[in-house]
Amino acid sequence: MKPGTTFAACSALIRRDLTLVWRRRGDTLNPILFALIVVALFPLALGPEPENLRRIAAGVVFVALLLSGLLALDTLFRGDYEDGSLEQLVLSPHPLALLLFCKIAVHWLTTALPLLIVAPLLAEMLNLPHAILPVLMASLALATPLLSLIGAVCVALTVGMRRSGMLLALLVLPLYVPVLIFGAGACNAASAGLAFVAPLLWLSAGLVLALVLAPLACAAALKISLS
Amino acid sequence: MNPFLLWFHKIGSPPTFYRIAGRIAPWCLGIGFVLGAIALYGGLVVAPRDYQQGDAYRIIFVHVPCAWMSLFAYGFMAVNAFIALVWRIKLSEILAMASAPIGAAFTFITLVTGSLWGKPMWGTYWTWDARLTSELVLLFLYFGVIGLYYAIDDRRKAARAAAFLALIGIVNVPIVHFSVNWWNTLHQGSTVRLLGPSKISGDMVWPLLTMALATHIWFFASVLARSRVGLLELDSGKDWARDIALADAPRDTVTAHG
Repeated sequence: MKPGTTFAACSALIRRDLTLVWRRRGDTLNPILFALIVVALFPLALGPEPENLRRIAAGVVFVALLLSGLLALDTLFRGDYEDGSLEQLVLSPHPLALLLFCKIAVHWLTTALPLLIVAPLLAEMLNLPHAILPVLMASLALATPLLSLIGAVCVALTVGMRRSGMLLALLVLPLYVPVLIFGAGACNAASAGLAFVAPLLWLSAGLVLALVLAPLACAAALKISLS
Repeated sequence: MNPFLLWFHKIGSPPTFYRIAGRIAPWCLGIGFVLGAIALYGGLVVAPRDYQQGDAYRIIFVHVPCAWMSLFAYGFMAVNAFIALVWRIKLSEILAMASAPIGAAFTFITLVTGSLWGKPMWGTYWTWDARLTSELVLLFLYFGVIGLYYAIDDRRKAARAAAFLALIGIVNVPIVHFSVNWWNTLHQGSTVRLLGPSKISGDMVWPLLTMALATHIWFFASVLARSRVGLLELDSGKDWARDIALADAPRDTVTAHG
């Protein structure tokens, strides 16, 4: 049998993944609910003074998105691993890195993009000054794909493990730290009235690197854990 | 075959490595211990008091060598991880995984001694300074490698997955090393230099360098001892491992089994 073109394989994969998400579209709400709950806990724990909340708002929104992204990571390969289609993906004649890139892109679209859309609401819950909102959104828009790409590599290493939740957090969080520092750093610099472009440029540089390298690393990691 | 390559292949075979490591490890341990004792004596007794920090500075004779070792152990682990992934050498997998807990221990000691020193000097046990944070991240990276290694049942696969993680995490090593130059925060810059003059008095530098040498030698002793056990476990089904187990076992248990 002659295999189809790589482009056809990628678009089939994207269509399949999107259909799967659409059939269970209620699940897309879970990360949003989680982020909302995390953000709602902070005013309860720290007291409702707007001055306090304004200072920590950007960081809290960032951490809430990071954590709910971490929870959503597990679904990236789980279903495919359980029904065996992940092995078929690895066996396919098309470049695995490209196929994984499509999977990660769909995963980002369906888990991180909804979070990005509610991020202004989360920021408003914590009284983030409106002038800083564009900086927060820009840094989140750069950081969430980066987090998804880095996370995908670690998920690929833990695929097939039964209880991988805590371990995944342990693997992922050290690698997330620089992203968090630069992303939240841009917002903090902006709210202090300082130049915030440099951390955003660092994030962009990291994103470009990860766009190229992370799918390759993810493919290598997947081959190790499925070997 | 080129004699060097032949020697390399020989030493890479588990039985040969087991034998040679068994001969080297006690020597390394002994030399490391003696050097460490000399360095401690030099650092705690011989070296003069610091004109500014008094006796509290003496913790650097433990702190600084351990901090160097926390990076060195990661480098050693990453090099072995690379060899293990590219050439699939069993010995490198074992060496990489043997160095992870030791590196984690050195990182932990670095953090503890640093915070003990920080209390009288900076007035706080902990601060979110760039170098402290990246050292903490290094500790979590070590924990991640160890955790991943023990979470997978197939030992070879576990070693390869953990080795891959170690290679990804290596981006953190230059960050730890250069953090004090990049972000000018509380932690001081380095005063001991390999190239160019050091900014530290001579009677303080010799215990420091001796201790650094001692920790390196001790590290290798520990890695060799750990990897010997690792090799025995991994090859427990092979003849050479069984011969060693039988030779070590008391006579009556051998007859009971055989």
